[in-house]
Amino acid sequence: MPALEFRGVTKRFGSLTANDAVSLVIEPGEVLALLGENGAGKTTLMNILFGHYQADQGEILVDGKPLAPGSTQAAINAGVGMVHQHFTLAANLTVLENIMLGTEGLWSWRQNTKAARDKIAAMARDYGLQVDPDALVGDISVGERQRVEILKALYRDARILILDEPTAVLTPQEADSLFATLKSLTEKGLAVIFISHKLHEILAVSDRVAVLRRGAMVGSVVTKDADKAQLAEMMVGRTVTRPKPEPMQAGKAILEISRLTTSGDSAAALADVSLTVHAHEIIGIAGVSGNGQQALADVLCGLASGFSGTVQLHGAPLPAGRPRAIVNAGVGRIPEDRHARGVVGDMEIWENLISEDLRSDAVSRWGIVDRGRATARAEKQIAEFDVRCEGPDAETKLLSGGNMQKLILARALSREPSFILANQPVRGLDEGAIAYVQERLLEARARGAGILLISEDLDELMALSDRIAVLSHGRLSEALPSEARSIAEIGLMMAGQDGGEKAA
Amino acid sequence: MSDIFEILLTAGFWAATIRIVSPLIFGTLGELICERAGVLNLGIEGIMTVGAMSGWMWVYQGGGLWGGVLFAACLGALFGLLHAGFTVHLGLSQHVTGIGITLFASALSYFVSRMLLPSATTPPKIEPFQELPIPVLSDLPIIGEALFSQSPLTYLAILAVPVTWYVLYRTPLGLAVRMAGENPVAVEAQGINVLAVRTGAVAVGSALMAIGGAFITMSWFDAFYFGMINGRGWICVALVIFASWRPGKALVGALLFAGLEALQVRAQQSAGAFIPYQFFLALPYVMSILAMVVMARKAKYPHALLVPFRRGERV
Repeated sequence: MPALEFRGVTKRFGSLTANDAVSLVIEPGEVLALLGENGAGKTTLMNILFGHYQADQGEILVDGKPLAPGSTQAAINAGVGMVHQHFTLAANLTVLENIMLGTEGLWSWRQNTKAARDKIAAMARDYGLQVDPDALVGDISVGERQRVEILKALYRDARILILDEPTAVLTPQEADSLFATLKSLTEKGLAVIFISHKLHEILAVSDRVAVLRRGAMVGSVVTKDADKAQLAEMMVGRTVTRPKPEPMQAGKAILEISRLTTSGDSAAALADVSLTVHAHEIIGIAGVSGNGQQALADVLCGLASGFSGTVQLHGAPLPAGRPRAIVNAGVGRIPEDRHARGVVGDMEIWENLISEDLRSDAVSRWGIVDRGRATARAEKQIAEFDVRCEGPDAETKLLSGGNMQKLILARALSREPSFILANQPVRGLDEGAIAYVQERLLEARARGAGILLISEDLDELMALSDRIAVLSHGRLSEALPSEARSIAEIGLMMAGQDGGEKAA
Repeated sequence: MSDIFEILLTAGFWAATIRIVSPLIFGTLGELICERAGVLNLGIEGIMTVGAMSGWMWVYQGGGLWGGVLFAACLGALFGLLHAGFTVHLGLSQHVTGIGITLFASALSYFVSRMLLPSATTPPKIEPFQELPIPVLSDLPIIGEALFSQSPLTYLAILAVPVTWYVLYRTPLGLAVRMAGENPVAVEAQGINVLAVRTGAVAVGSALMAIGGAFITMSWFDAFYFGMINGRGWICVALVIFASWRPGKALVGALLFAGLEALQVRAQQSAGAFIPYQFFLALPYVMSILAMVVMARKAKYPHALLVPFRRGERV
């Protein structure tokens, strides 16, 4: 008997069909990978299982018995446990308290912490999930918090464990230890659903892969018979290849940074950074985050003005600390944190699209926003940049990560900036969206823009950059053509050992 | 200086401190419970007024003293439910709703008392709670009279501190309340109804506030006057922050404030000749602001305080 079965589950939000007659079967003892792009409906499906949403049609069976819809308690009691992408833990409470919440009758006069400690210790031993029960959740690492989430589910005797994008927040070492845990869980007969859009992980950890695309089940394959290209094509619906830059002759200098030094925290502040970005050129900045990327981005975006040294755009000093002047001088900005700095989630899409040129005649007249023009322009940009949404009036926070990034691209690139700061532009995006963002950046390069690409992904930097410089402890190495250094060499420089070369 | 030490050695000072602290303890614990569940309750000033009026009126109309306390608690809980309806279920601004509740509840209390006693020129006194000396302990010098010969409501206030602590930290219900104030999504994910937990916490907290108000008319002034709560509710809101949302520290903070208040009244009498009395009036408030500055810097806010929870909404 299957551990869990979805039968024709359909869920609509307004005109958007998030799940379209999804049917899926999971057997005990297997790891099923649920693959799909952002916005394909994976999380919605799991939210229906957990009663956060109610399906419009269809039913869910656990161990052959139908599950009451709209009830989290029913799902938990049936033995379904979920590890959410954004952990549902309270930072100010201890590990033990977080695990015990909801496991005892609310009206009981005391908590049986002794029994709970014993049970947690036994699970920690059996599954290799070591964690200090008395530590405050706010004090432990992200990897440990995830262990707490898994323990929470196991503590409730979960037989089916669902992990939503579990590796998004983990270091490679923590991810490996998670995979080992999943193995030991399935050996004990648990069924695991592993939600992800990272193909190499899915191939490494799962027994079977089910693919969702635009809310519908595309099909399922046995992992050992599948390969990356096949899965990518099932997920996106067409063959996706990441774009490759054409060789191009660098033009005149656009941005010239000379001896830039910022004050503040030692490792994250810039020390004597010099760099020139030319037209038709992408300069990659490699480095472990926290080594000065933020300081560099803040100066170039106009968010910081306290620095020494000079920054020149087209030969004139950059208007430091004045974001609007910087944008008007031809800088396009793609910020690192889409949600915090890129958009205002509670505002509508058209509002976010005009937020960089409120004073422009294109969207306003005498200081009053011209709704008609703004909406018309937003519609055009939405179409041009393929932002999938209900329309310009939709709330921006409802967009998936990829579509939110497309919105930011639309805002920044529609102005045809001559210099683009792209800070981690593809972090957290799926394959289709990554290829899209990269294509757009290469188009801008072909048009003659100079681009500074800050990234932690060396493969991405090697593929796109004309030249690469490494940022470590606030010092920037010389920017050399990307063929001139190996990935291993750059890795050493990122760790602060500059491979015999003096930091420039 | 020596004057102050003399004051500290009088039984009258300690008795006054304990009397002043009792309503503050009820109010602070009540506010603390609300905020631990994630709901700021600025209705406290008005809810204390309701408690003061209703307890006194109950007794004046011939009811028993304990019946009056219960009546006040029930009305307090009712206003708590009103606050929860707006803030928890409808997700409206907790600040605005709380101030609205305070205005509404205070005005209603004065209105009802005038309606019921249209011909009274001064509010009639009731027979208040009598001191209940605890045998043996109350015979101790100075502290005996101050601590162990008090109104039963004072004993109840002091008892409420460990009880609140136990419920919050040692029972599954308390865990759910604290979790609702930290991360309501986590509570929801465990199949517990966040809205019910928060509503319950606000109702219980408001009932405690109302008992605090009832203390003032039933065990202190023996009658209900206009403006008699006099900002005590706001002091409780500040004390919760001072206490970093912990019941034990709340007791310490309330005692500190009450001690200063009792001290200033006596200091006015002894030093009033050469220092303006307004200086002493302001003293407890100045001191509490200073204490807040020191204490609140490392305070651990409930993370979800002021954040409404809506089921099934994408974040």
